[in-house]
Amino acid sequence: MYATNYHRPATIEEAVSLLTGNDEAKALSGGQTLLPTMRQRLAAPSDLVDLRGLPGMTGVSAGDGTLTVGAAVAHADVAGNADVLRLIPALAGLAGRIGDPAVRHMGTIGGSLANNDPAADYPAAALALGASIVTNSREIDAGDFFQGMFTTALEDGEIITAVRFPVPEKAAYAKFPNPASRYAMVGVFVARTSAGARVAVTGAGADGVFRHSAMETALDADWSPEALAGVATPADGLLSDIHGSAAYRAHLVGVMARRAVAAAG
Amino acid sequence: MSTGIGARVRRKEDRRFITGKGRYTDDIRNDNQAYAAFVRSPHAHAAVKGIDKAAAEAMEGVIAVLDGHQLTGDGIGNIITGWAITSRDGSPMNIGAWSALATDRVRYVGDAVAVVIAESPALARTAAEAVAVDYEPLAAVAQPVAALASGAPQVHDNVPGNLVFDWEIGDEARADAGLAAAAHVTEVEISNNRLAPNAIEPRSAIAIHDEAEDHYTLYTTSQNPHVARLVLSAFYNVAPEHKLRVIAPDVGGGFGSKIYIYPEEITCLWAAMKTGRSVKWTAERSEAFMTDAHGRDHVTRARMGFDKNGRITAFKVDTIANLGAYVSLFATATPTYLYGTLLSGQYDIPAIYGTVKAVNTNTVPVDAYRGAGRPEATYLIERTMDIAAREMGMDPAELRRINFIKAFPYQTQVLLNYDSGDFPALLDMAQKAADTAGFAQRKAEAAARGKLRGIGYSTFIEACGLAPSAAAGSLGAGVGLWESAEVRVNPVGTVEVLTGCHSHGQSHETTFAQLVSDRFGIPIENISIVHGDTDKVQFGMGTYGSRSGPVGMSAVMRALDKVEAKVRKIVAHQLEASEDDIEIVAGEARVAGTDRKMAWHEIGLAAYTAHNLPADMEPGLKEGAFFDPVNFSFPSGCFICEVEVDPETGVTEIVRFVSADDFGTIINPMVVEGQVHGGVTQGIGQALLEQVVYDESGQLLTGSYMDYCMPRADDVPSYAIAHGCTPSPNNPLGIKGCGEAGAIGAPPAVINAIADAIGTDDISMPATPQKVWEALHRARPAVAAE
Repeated sequence: MYATNYHRPATIEEAVSLLTGNDEAKALSGGQTLLPTMRQRLAAPSDLVDLRGLPGMTGVSAGDGTLTVGAAVAHADVAGNADVLRLIPALAGLAGRIGDPAVRHMGTIGGSLANNDPAADYPAAALALGASIVTNSREIDAGDFFQGMFTTALEDGEIITAVRFPVPEKAAYAKFPNPASRYAMVGVFVARTSAGARVAVTGAGADGVFRHSAMETALDADWSPEALAGVATPADGLLSDIHGSAAYRAHLVGVMARRAVAAAG
Repeated sequence: MSTGIGARVRRKEDRRFITGKGRYTDDIRNDNQAYAAFVRSPHAHAAVKGIDKAAAEAMEGVIAVLDGHQLTGDGIGNIITGWAITSRDGSPMNIGAWSALATDRVRYVGDAVAVVIAESPALARTAAEAVAVDYEPLAAVAQPVAALASGAPQVHDNVPGNLVFDWEIGDEARADAGLAAAAHVTEVEISNNRLAPNAIEPRSAIAIHDEAEDHYTLYTTSQNPHVARLVLSAFYNVAPEHKLRVIAPDVGGGFGSKIYIYPEEITCLWAAMKTGRSVKWTAERSEAFMTDAHGRDHVTRARMGFDKNGRITAFKVDTIANLGAYVSLFATATPTYLYGTLLSGQYDIPAIYGTVKAVNTNTVPVDAYRGAGRPEATYLIERTMDIAAREMGMDPAELRRINFIKAFPYQTQVLLNYDSGDFPALLDMAQKAADTAGFAQRKAEAAARGKLRGIGYSTFIEACGLAPSAAAGSLGAGVGLWESAEVRVNPVGTVEVLTGCHSHGQSHETTFAQLVSDRFGIPIENISIVHGDTDKVQFGMGTYGSRSGPVGMSAVMRALDKVEAKVRKIVAHQLEASEDDIEIVAGEARVAGTDRKMAWHEIGLAAYTAHNLPADMEPGLKEGAFFDPVNFSFPSGCFICEVEVDPETGVTEIVRFVSADDFGTIINPMVVEGQVHGGVTQGIGQALLEQVVYDESGQLLTGSYMDYCMPRADDVPSYAIAHGCTPSPNNPLGIKGCGEAGAIGAPPAVINAIADAIGTDDISMPATPQKVWEALHRARPAVAAE
């Protein structure tokens, strides 16, 4: 790891001022991707701005048909939160199977979404549930937020403060882990919402998380695993690597989607 | 509680390991400590046109930047291989030169061209990045078959066609005749996947040069510190043996990868001399993936003939073995004398012929890795047996049973003479433990849940405790294969055992002490095992190839014999009795049938005060022995694996795993079971998960745990372990060795079970979910598409 300056700002304004106008500064919110990357000398930020201590970014609140999770809430705290378990148990289950215990106690939901790793779990939940990404300046619909691998709608100096999830009628997440890294090789989050069925796929897309509209149409007509039987997933645009070809990933999208719908009930 | 032979004694060494008090090389810090970082090639093959060190040398805190021209200029010798193989046409093998720091050409990703010595590890690494190397990339070849193709890139100019040797074993005409006469011939093409060793402790070295004494000390992660000292001094010219002390303190696993003397240790010693500083280097995990000697990497075509009754008539094998860019210390022995000699397996095969073409490629060197040659032979034989059984419509267990060797000693067609074993008994034992009779019912029950259940056998033999020295020497070995021990009884009766073996996870501090406790009946707490320091311990060969038990413990037994003989003489003299009447029990020596006795500490004191010894006896109580076995030992086993495959995803779950082993005499069943657990888990890793991948240009794609998949606890079942015992007749304890059996026997058991489950043999290691799903898709599209 190269030398870096660590900052722990007390206010959002201070954090924004540290991050803006300095191309070499990076926000830190758990660091479960950034710190290993720095240790391997693949990233060398001059400054790290730790967001976890900022006011208003912690805690989970429920109300008005929504569940709001502070951006600095660790995965383990989402997994064990009573409101999450009551209102969106699929989200708690997803959080409880990210990485390993150390990752789950350090990594945060805001950090995961801002990083938008194409194999991360949270983007699938945010997209399938139609979450709003709340920042220090605006709210961004999940459908607009994810803009391709490691790319989001966040502007320079914009910080995620919370994630607001509409509570679905039912939802489930099925993940096929990469055997080595145990990131999602294919993860499918399905939700039946007031706006209809939504299916989001992570781990498989060459451009990161995506919605599977053919499956959504099929599930709108008939919310059942069988309804997905004939729905094809084209291999075009899917990732292909030493762990899984695009064709295999396309096949797994179908399997995981059926299993998720079955689990959602 | 007994602490003798056969007792489940808790490991004495665990207290310090579990409490974090182990002392590994990287834990050691010296005054004057400096740190090394290597400048490594990012290319698989390139000419080195120049090295610009100026920017690195200008950094504050950089002590030196040293390159290969300086190293060779100082007379540091090229890295050697320890076993000379003769090709079948009688020609010697072709070996490309290997300098610890490359001078004009780099040959694999990670090949070091320079080293930076600096005041901190981070600074050394930053400075290493600032060294500008002018590379001219050359065409590279990474795959062993491709390396033999005409027009393939040449790894070494003096190794034409990249062929290091083309070796043969057995009788070709006889094998051809056996195949011609066969009623059925099974043909296979089998790859043995390349593995990275992944010891939990990365390699590390600390070199110290004492200018006053002109003496060197090397702390290093070695399985065999004396061999390291010998080679460093005799071939690399670092220092004469008496001026070089090599210490291998606690070492966190080796699996073969820490047998060899690597460029980094040589360079650290040389750099300590150049800089006058203590030089330390510890591999990062990504360096370990790039530079630790890998294992396996064979491609084989074979044919096995059977008569109409299923008896094997002949076995003919052609193997291509990837040795990597340079020929490592035991790399030539592994695919020959540890592979070709095992091609008879547990079977009475009347004709065997094998060839092995060893090739250079632009990859890190390949050498012995847990099992070394024997896993490759076992996988080939045991897969062939299952494929043949399916082709002939026979039960795989029955096909094995009718071909088992049943009388010993048995002379195979491939040099080895098996001394003992009872293969049918192991098969019976394993079948009972695995409840094979209930398999059909379990398969039906699994099918009702949508799962494909399969069962797989592996009945295997290994040759451990490589021996004897004279025979190995006649076959080209550069070293002897004996082991040494010294037993020191102190004046107060405590005992120190100095062994030339080295424990890096094998529990020697416990099991070697059990031998002494068993012999004299003294408390195990009063016995300590000393190893791993060339200044303390007499020359020894170290630990690899499951040799510590059959060879190392045998040397201890011989030394104990001598101590016991002297004790008898002392006690008989002092108690005025006949030596033959002395009994040594429970820490005292008695005259049988009387109350006359001496306590153990009184005997020690008597030996060292020398006030009343027999007239012709020297004082003291310390004896040494060297043990050179007359033959290998031959552990054998039967593994039965049961899997369930999810046809939708191709995921394999191992639901049962039974191991029935014949390790001969067992000193500590708990330790042996631990070895089986670890070995089988490594074997399962090879079968299902692990694979080093180099792309066509020689770039390493599996350079971290994000891409190289190691077995985890939830990948393996709870193992059922049974022991048979036919003691080895060739060592005093009847031990056969247990360190490698799991890794040798497990892979074919797993793959045979998967093939049984999915109904096709079109599956290779590692049987990843994608591969299993694809195989199922090819063989049974309707099942896979569901």
